[in-house]
Amino acid sequence: MTGQPERRVTYTLDSSLDSVNKVEQTAEQMARKAGVDEDDIFRISMAVREAAVNAVLHGNAYDPDKRMTASFENTGVDLVIRITDEGKGLDPSTLPDPLAPENLLRGSGRGIFLIRSFMDEVHFRQMHPGTELTLIKHLGTAPTGA
Amino acid sequence: MSMKISTRQVDGVTILDLGGRITLGEGSVQLRDSVRDLLAKGQKKILLNLGDVNYIDSSGIGELVSAYTTVRNQGGELKLLNLTRKVHDLLQITKLYTVFDVKDDEASAIASYSAA
Repeated sequence: MTGQPERRVTYTLDSSLDSVNKVEQTAEQMARKAGVDEDDIFRISMAVREAAVNAVLHGNAYDPDKRMTASFENTGVDLVIRITDEGKGLDPSTLPDPLAPENLLRGSGRGIFLIRSFMDEVHFRQMHPGTELTLIKHLGTAPTGA
Repeated sequence: MSMKISTRQVDGVTILDLGGRITLGEGSVQLRDSVRDLLAKGQKKILLNLGDVNYIDSSGIGELVSAYTTVRNQGGELKLLNLTRKVHDLLQITKLYTVFDVKDDEASAIASYSAA
């Protein structure tokens, strides 16, 4: 995997599924360019997609007046993706455990769990308004999750 | 990026052949609508062939779960067939692999449905 750092690229997007797709594709391209293996390319792009869905759907509620910001950076050591919304904010400690028996058959609630499963570090920051989710994949580490 | 879906009947079992991506938006809605249509017609033995599904997000997983519970609550059976490695791994880490009845052979899948 490449140790060549690249300048951070930031996009400001509307709250739509098209934006989610764009963010997912950008993450895949970024991971592929960094020389990450195919399994990790899938995990990274999926984790980023889940974060973008959270921003657009749960954060911004598809509000056309609210924006999602997505930034992508290869520091040479890590791939760092930041997704920010302008919603009410998210307290991850209040999220139900999707693996708990009483939650297993719920129709939703697995996004953050999958992000945590697929990335090496996940950080939440309250922006007031909104939430910033930082996803980090260490370059040169063994695959995590599935 | 849309999902392809086709329907066929074999020995009283309705097989939905799915292809492409089951994600928030188009794919997950198509799946939901298709299962509901089948139930409305009284077709309660449903087999989802996921052999050509190369991507599913958490919303798609949620729709699989919702389809399973909806069919079950109406006295039917919904099973999965031909999981790709990625979908298999996702169902494993979400602990859903043991919830669903997963088959890797269509003939044995069809034979496994309860006689009714």
